[in-house]
Amino acid sequence: MAILSLALKSLFNRRYTAGLILISIALSVSLLLAVERLRVESRNSFAHTISGTDLVVGARSGSINLLLYSIFRIGDATNNISWKSYKKFAEHDLVKWTIPISLGDSHKGYRVMGTNQDYFRYYKYGNKNSLAFNQGQPFEQVYQAVLGQEVARELGYQVGEKIIIAHGAGKTSFTLHDDKPFEVVGILKPTGTPVDRTVHVPLQGIEAIHKDWIGGRQVAGLKISAEEALEKNLTPKAITAFLVGLKSKIATFRVQREINDYRKEPLLAILPGVALQQLWDMMGVAENALLVVTVLVVFVGLIGMLTVMLAGLNERRREMAILRSVGARPGHILLLVTGESLLLSLIGIALGLLLLYSGLLLGQPAIESRYGLHLPIGIPSMREWIILGLVGTSSLIIGLIPGYRAYRYSLSDGMSMRI
Amino acid sequence: MPQTAAILLKDLRFGWRKNLPEVLHIADLEVPRGERIFIGGASGSGKSTLLALLAGVNLPTQGEVKVLGETINHLSGARRDHFRSDHIGFVFQLFNLIPYLSVLENVTLPCRFSHLRRQKAIEAGGDLQTEAMRLLTHLDMAHESLIHRPVTELSVGQQQRVATARALIGAPEIIIADEPTSALDSDMRQAFLRLLFQECDDTGSTLLFVSHDRQLATLFERHIALDEINQADQEGQ
Repeated sequence: MAILSLALKSLFNRRYTAGLILISIALSVSLLLAVERLRVESRNSFAHTISGTDLVVGARSGSINLLLYSIFRIGDATNNISWKSYKKFAEHDLVKWTIPISLGDSHKGYRVMGTNQDYFRYYKYGNKNSLAFNQGQPFEQVYQAVLGQEVARELGYQVGEKIIIAHGAGKTSFTLHDDKPFEVVGILKPTGTPVDRTVHVPLQGIEAIHKDWIGGRQVAGLKISAEEALEKNLTPKAITAFLVGLKSKIATFRVQREINDYRKEPLLAILPGVALQQLWDMMGVAENALLVVTVLVVFVGLIGMLTVMLAGLNERRREMAILRSVGARPGHILLLVTGESLLLSLIGIALGLLLLYSGLLLGQPAIESRYGLHLPIGIPSMREWIILGLVGTSSLIIGLIPGYRAYRYSLSDGMSMRI
Repeated sequence: MPQTAAILLKDLRFGWRKNLPEVLHIADLEVPRGERIFIGGASGSGKSTLLALLAGVNLPTQGEVKVLGETINHLSGARRDHFRSDHIGFVFQLFNLIPYLSVLENVTLPCRFSHLRRQKAIEAGGDLQTEAMRLLTHLDMAHESLIHRPVTELSVGQQQRVATARALIGAPEIIIADEPTSALDSDMRQAFLRLLFQECDDTGSTLLFVSHDRQLATLFERHIALDEINQADQEGQ
């Protein structure tokens, strides 16, 4: 104890350098913890991009490909599903609900998704959360749209705005469905999922804007106005994919097999949880790289501490000699110098935690509303305690280096005042 | 019971390494308890080496170092460290103080390491602070303005007096002063020595005063020229 109070006083005497080391350790520790917390939470939120859906069905391709275009709106479908096949499985005895998805158009870079009102009723994300509205309500008529939160925020749209849908998925498209504008009737709350970046319209709307199109082009001379289109049969001939909720989870594999073995059309049914896990594992490399970088940042902070402690040691040989003369044993000197490093890193860790929590308190609402990512402000998890323990242990090991040098000095110098 | 000598050296030899010539060879030296002894000698005569041997920091290559009846060169390193902190107080030439401790903390520093001196100090003064203040008062250092000042802002003479109080606290049997006055001017030197003698008398401590300044030798009961008793030099030449 006597030695630790000496270590504290010695550190306080060098409070400016010690303060700088503290800042670097605190920053690196809070960075490490923040990255860890973000990593765990984003993994969680990713795994819950979609929940409550038992099967995702699309044209036969790869499971990740299907997941990417149907849930993440990345890439394109290889093929469509006929309305007849969809109808067959939608009316299946074991199926409770389905959500049809029709993709292919966009609005200013955001994907437009045709669906029906069941989407707002059954689609769930996160911890079985339903979609909720920030403003307005679900669409009821053909030329109405519901925007994801990011779309509305980035483009500055309010309920009542008229938007024009472009053909194709590019950011700048030259072929616009400008004869049939959609009215924004609802804006969703943030979900932290691709829903935020989606423009939702009724399936009939998708059908209506393509009534005068054949094979991806507007047919010259064949112009059907918005009103005229409403008169026609707007039941789609095909959709891109559909989500399935079953009456009983036990039937999942049975229905999946039935869909995969469907003879009239090559279909693929996947379990979203499994595919999400596969997808996350693919991205695990980047995630680990991030973690490695932050671990290195902590290491750099500790090396900074080592440098300062070692650099100061030579000037302190007189101090060591005085301590020896008043009865300090070489072991005390080892304890003093190592204790200084340990104190620095422990205070640094405490400051890092303080920094993390104040950052979380300040940033949590903004992160939640902007990214839909809920960062809990709970006590550190077991994993985080282990990380902190590892930081403390490494600082102890690193602190032993100057400690051991001081120990050697005090053995060889004894009480002689050479400097 | 006859009291053992404060210091007794018998056929003491010391060389830094086996193949190097000896730097110190003292056939016989006895310092009775309570004596004030001046050890003179030019630099390089082996003064620092002798002190390191007395303190048990270095070990003789041959012979015995008896301090207060204990043959310290037969003790383990840890025991020697203990023995030193319990029984010997040191004052050095310059910069004796720990810069990040206050005057009082510097004075009571040996009591952090030696239980014995802590007890003795508490017995003498009631508690450590009071005893430290008592010693500082004797050394004319107890002014409020001085003891609350950072030790680095004290004059050299003031620093040496604080160091002396530190050497004296807990009444160690032996005080070793290694050129403590060489940074002081001659008036200060006299005053400092008077205070040092008085304190050693009060506590009954044996004073070993090492210096190259022969003018001071006359103030001591006994003086030894290290060049004369050290036979290693003659042998080496």
